[in-house]
Amino acid sequence: MVEQVRKLLDKKLKNTGELEKLRQAVLDKRDTSRITVSVCGGTGCRASGAEAVVEAFAEEIEKRELQVKIDFKETGCHGFCERGPIVVIGPKKIFYQHVQPEDVQEIINETVLQGKVVKRLLYIDPATSEEITYESDVPFYNKQTRLILGANGEIDPTDIEQYIAAGGYSALSKALFQLNPDKIVNEITSAGLRGRGGGGFPTGRKWQSCRTAKGDVKYVLCNADEGDPGAYQDRSILEGNPHSVIEGMIIGAYAIGASQGFIYVRNEYPLAVEHARIALEQAIDYGFLGENILDSGFNFKITINKGGGAFVCGESSALIASLEGKIGEPKSKYTHMSEKGLWERPSLLNNVKTWANVPLIINKGADWYSKIGTAGSKGTMIFSLVGKINNSGLVEVPMGITLREMIYDIGGGIPNGKKFKAVQTGGPSGGCIPEQFLDTHVDFDELTKIGSMMGSGGMIVMDEDTCMVDVARYFINFLKGESCGKCVPCREGLAKMSDILDRITHGEGKPEDLDTMMDLAEILSAGALCALGRTAANPVISTLKYFKDEYMAHINDKKCPAGVCRELIQYSIDPEKCTGCGVCARACSMNAISGEKKEPHVINQNMCIKCGVCYDSCKFGAITKQ
Amino acid sequence: MTKYWVDGEKTIDINEADDVNSVCFTVDDKDVVVSGGQTILEAVQRTGIANIPALCYHPAVRPYGACRLCTVEVSEDGGKNFKFVASCLYPVKEGMIVKTSTEKVKKLRKGIIELLLARCPNTKIIQELAEEYGVEKPRFSVGDQDCILCGLCVRACQEIIGKSAISLVNRGIYKEVAAPFYAYELGEGCIGCGDCAFVCPTGAITMGDNGKPVLPRVKIPYAEIGAMKSEEKLLASQG
Repeated sequence: MVEQVRKLLDKKLKNTGELEKLRQAVLDKRDTSRITVSVCGGTGCRASGAEAVVEAFAEEIEKRELQVKIDFKETGCHGFCERGPIVVIGPKKIFYQHVQPEDVQEIINETVLQGKVVKRLLYIDPATSEEITYESDVPFYNKQTRLILGANGEIDPTDIEQYIAAGGYSALSKALFQLNPDKIVNEITSAGLRGRGGGGFPTGRKWQSCRTAKGDVKYVLCNADEGDPGAYQDRSILEGNPHSVIEGMIIGAYAIGASQGFIYVRNEYPLAVEHARIALEQAIDYGFLGENILDSGFNFKITINKGGGAFVCGESSALIASLEGKIGEPKSKYTHMSEKGLWERPSLLNNVKTWANVPLIINKGADWYSKIGTAGSKGTMIFSLVGKINNSGLVEVPMGITLREMIYDIGGGIPNGKKFKAVQTGGPSGGCIPEQFLDTHVDFDELTKIGSMMGSGGMIVMDEDTCMVDVARYFINFLKGESCGKCVPCREGLAKMSDILDRITHGEGKPEDLDTMMDLAEILSAGALCALGRTAANPVISTLKYFKDEYMAHINDKKCPAGVCRELIQYSIDPEKCTGCGVCARACSMNAISGEKKEPHVINQNMCIKCGVCYDSCKFGAITKQ
Repeated sequence: MTKYWVDGEKTIDINEADDVNSVCFTVDDKDVVVSGGQTILEAVQRTGIANIPALCYHPAVRPYGACRLCTVEVSEDGGKNFKFVASCLYPVKEGMIVKTSTEKVKKLRKGIIELLLARCPNTKIIQELAEEYGVEKPRFSVGDQDCILCGLCVRACQEIIGKSAISLVNRGIYKEVAAPFYAYELGEGCIGCGDCAFVCPTGAITMGDNGKPVLPRVKIPYAEIGAMKSEEKLLASQG
């Protein structure tokens, strides 16, 4: 026990000199001749079986006593989730995709021991059909600027020494000893960093007002309550590089004079919670948190608070209510949180991505940072590129990149040769952007101009088979379920809007419904209490603006042009094309298809439940959907 | 131009009140001087200068901002830009311009009343507001509830009585006022003071024969099921 305590105390870095010494020691210990094998342990890759791959590697390395030769680690999310589980072999970074446990022996035998490439595991560029060996040559990666996510693939998030070796906590020591709080705030301000949680509020201004706010006790908060469908950037950062967030928070706390911080993280992100917890413990052990941090006289500690599953708790005032132990409902923000926030005290709340940007800015300087991006939006933004797209995954790009570059160059375009229809950005309360705006430069202001928003960086791509009315219905329904129910416009308005959209998708829409929905949208944007309600009508407003003809088809012709809304479609068999093979009849669970062998079959419309199994099963394209 | 100085119930000439912490602003083109630290709604109600409807506001409890009927337009840059704010929460500020019944504000209130009427078509106060704002028949599906979830009962029980015997539970359209664990009858936490029934603007809470309030029931299946005893659940499931 005494030994353990002593060991614990020994780890504590007493000043910056010791930090630099430790960094050098870790680097010196590294044998550059060793082959690095990093398996992506992000949530996406875990879902496709990365844990078994990790186990297989660990077993194989132990069995064959290869520890000396191989530097093996499970890292955070590499971003290219579509191709998971991903294994990258260093130092040259050979990129293997869809790796299964049975591939592990071959990778060790061929690549690790003989330096040969296992061709069948390589990524094949769909555009050129060429095999790509190295990670940096994969088009998905080489068009990105991975300032924040880059380290995810390099370090084991459960080992603070790897973060330190990669330059971690040097920004903290710079902030504590070379800068002062005012200079830190100035750096953040002149870097032009804007809040990555969605609002895009200038971070420096927020820090400044919190710094000047009166109060002995101030708080620093990290918003990791990411709840947008299809978005998982915050999760990946907290899972893959939790120390970058913690370092940012310590710097922020020093700048505004806070001694307590909170990370409010979704309970539905167990790995993020676990990695944040481990990181906090290690940061305490190494003396980056606690009393007299690196002998600067500054004290700071961080507590993790797990959310209770409400989307609205990502809204700052609801998050604070939840932290205080109250019902997670938003309050009006007529007094700024930087003056009266958590427990009525000045509080600095930033998103995970915003915090992760802080060490970068402090290390490399505001001048360097402000050169990246557009006039109004600086730095990079992480998007989760999902939906009908070839390369779904996490993408980090400089602000100002066009939607077309993101979707076609990085995302690899739309699968199966389908046509692009729209991209929904900014989470459920964002808008759907049609093809004519594909050359829009993505930043906070440009997206707002075309009726959408940056939000927390969700980007859902839709193809010609997506029904825009159904999309609006889905998002409104989601928001209806997540509305806290405090104010009338959001609670009642979204419920009524969802009723109307349900009716339209069921073929019971009336022409006057569109005006009613626009009226509801106005009530929401003008009258709702919080940002969730005020922006909730965006999916309806943007689809009505750009895809009104689809609404009209549903209402007037009782037809769903994309063939999605079940009540409005009919499957039938083209007797010219039907060979009478009977595959569809066997697939139909309702026995609605009948016909003689080798004769054209027919669908009994009264029995058909429009599941679409016949449509998918027919090899001759004889089944039509109208 | 008339100037009001309002402190409590006394209306005095502005010149007599020079030395007090006062805020001067405009409401519907009239200059108003009031003591600082209050909200627009408080100031307007005390001066009687305009009529702002509000259902979730009561001077005895902290403002909540749920009904949004008290929304007004406010400009803090001399009339260049106006924004919608809930007047029950927005503090008075020097030089601000408040407009309590512009066309935009009226349209917004009308919309909110239409939504409330769809929820509570048989409630007198909502019917009166509907008549005032010219809402005839809601364009939406109509419910049959009395409670508008203004939260006054919950706030009164917590802030004035200090009991917190009832609370708002669930979220969105499933939100409702309930006793702990969805008990049908209020237990020992409730002292039967009747404060909740008194502040309720719609009469959705009444006092029962046992001297304790009867809470409004939101007719949704799972809350009902949640309130059922296990044997009742069994009976219900057997049809």
